[in-house]
Amino acid sequence: MTTNLHLHDDDLVLHYYGELPAPEDARAESHLSACQACQTNYAKLQRLMAFVDSAPAVEAPPGFERVVWARLEPELHQTRRGWTSWVRLSPAYLALAAGVVVLVGAAFVAGRLLPRSGAGGPAPQSAEKVRERILLVDLGEHLDRSQMVLVELVSANNESGSVDISTERARAEQLVAANRLYRHTAVSTGDAAMATLLDDLERVLVDVAASPATVSQADLDSVRRRIDSKELLFKVRVVSSQVRERQKAAIQERTKQSTLGS
Amino acid sequence: MPHTDAAAVALARHGDSDAFRVLVERHSRAVYRLAHRMTGSPQDAEDVVQETFLKAYRQLGRFESRANFGTWLHRIAVNCSIDLIRGRRHQEAGHDAADLDTLGSADDNRVDPSPERLMLSAQVQERVSRAMDGLTPMERAAFVLRHFEGQSIDEISRALGLKANAAKHSIFRAVRKMRLALEPFVES
Repeated sequence: MTTNLHLHDDDLVLHYYGELPAPEDARAESHLSACQACQTNYAKLQRLMAFVDSAPAVEAPPGFERVVWARLEPELHQTRRGWTSWVRLSPAYLALAAGVVVLVGAAFVAGRLLPRSGAGGPAPQSAEKVRERILLVDLGEHLDRSQMVLVELVSANNESGSVDISTERARAEQLVAANRLYRHTAVSTGDAAMATLLDDLERVLVDVAASPATVSQADLDSVRRRIDSKELLFKVRVVSSQVRERQKAAIQERTKQSTLGS
Repeated sequence: MPHTDAAAVALARHGDSDAFRVLVERHSRAVYRLAHRMTGSPQDAEDVVQETFLKAYRQLGRFESRANFGTWLHRIAVNCSIDLIRGRRHQEAGHDAADLDTLGSADDNRVDPSPERLMLSAQVQERVSRAMDGLTPMERAAFVLRHFEGQSIDEISRALGLKANAAKHSIFRAVRKMRLALEPFVES
C-alpha cells in the first residue's frame, strides 16, 4: 500500500475493521480523503457491510427451548448421577435404562454367537461387525417405537375439533435424544440414506415434542402432512423391516459360522 | 423460578435441573442465532446448542459467579461451533477453489420469491444467507468472528488454528465473495 497508488480492496477491508497498523492506517485515511476513486470503493464496502448488518439472524423454530431441554435432560442426568441414583429414575430414564439393557443383552447374544478363536476355527468377526449387530438391535427397537408414534398421530381421533396428543408428545420427547445419536452414527459410518431418514424423522419428532398437549385439527393436519410429504411412515416401516432382516441375517451368519467352528 | 442467571447457576451447581432448564430457556435462542451464523445449517446449529449447554453444565463449577453467564455461554458456543467446523475442515478441499465468477450466476439460477410476499428484512436475510452459503466453512467462521463477533484477526487465527495470514486471507476471500453475491442488490 502506498499513498500514490489506489488502495487495494484488501487494505480497505483491514481499514474497515481497524486491523491496519497505525502508520498504515493513517496513510490510508490520508489517501482516502484525497482520492475520489478510493472513496467510492470504500463507500461501496461500507454499504455492503451495512447491508450484511441489517440482515436479522436466523431464529430458532417455535418451541425450540422445549426441544433443547428434551434432548439435553437425559444427558445431564447421565453426567450428574452415579449408578446408585438410578433407583430413583423417572419412567423416561427407565426407558433409557431399558435401552442399555437391550444393548448389553445384544452384546451378550453377539458374544455367544461369536466363534471362539482358536486353531481350525473360522476367522473371528471384527469388533466393527459386532458393534453393527448391536446397533441393529437397538435401531430396530427405535424405529418400531417411532413407527408407533407416527401411526398414532396419523390415526388420532379428532371428533371434538382438538386432539390430546400428550402421550405421543411424551414418547416423541423420549425418542428425540436417541434419534439424534443414531443419526450421528449413521453420518459417521457414511450411511447417507439412513442419516436422511433419521433426519426427516427427527424433525417430525422434534415438532411433536414441542407441541402443546392438545392440538387443533389444523395443527394435527400439518403434522400429518409432514409425515405424508416425506412418506415417512412408509419409509420407517421399510427401513425397520430391512434392519430386522439384516439383524436376522447377521445372527444366521453367526450361527452358521459357530456350527462350522464347533 | 430463579430471577437472575447467577441465582439459577448457583442452584444448578447443586444439582437442581429445573434451575438449569431456566438457563436453557433463557439462552438457547441466542446460542442458536450465533451457531446458525457460524455453521449456516439449522441441523448443525441445533447440535451446537446441545453441545454448548452440555459443556456448560459440566463446567458450571468453573463459572465465576461474578461473570456474565450469557457471555460465558457465548464463548463456549463459539468454541463448539469452531470444533464442529474444524471437524469438517477436510471438506474444504475442492470447495475452497469455488470459482468466484460462478457465484453470481449460481445465485441467479435460484427461484426468487415474489418481493410482494416478503418483508424487506426477510429478503435481506435471505440474500445474506445465500451469500454466506457460498463461503467455505473456514471463510464463514473467520468472517462471522471478525464481522459479527468483533474478534481481531490474531484472536481468530488462534481460535481457528490458522496462521494470522491465513486467517486474514480467509476474511478477504469471504468479503470478496460477499461482494460478488450482494453488490447487485446493495447498489441497485
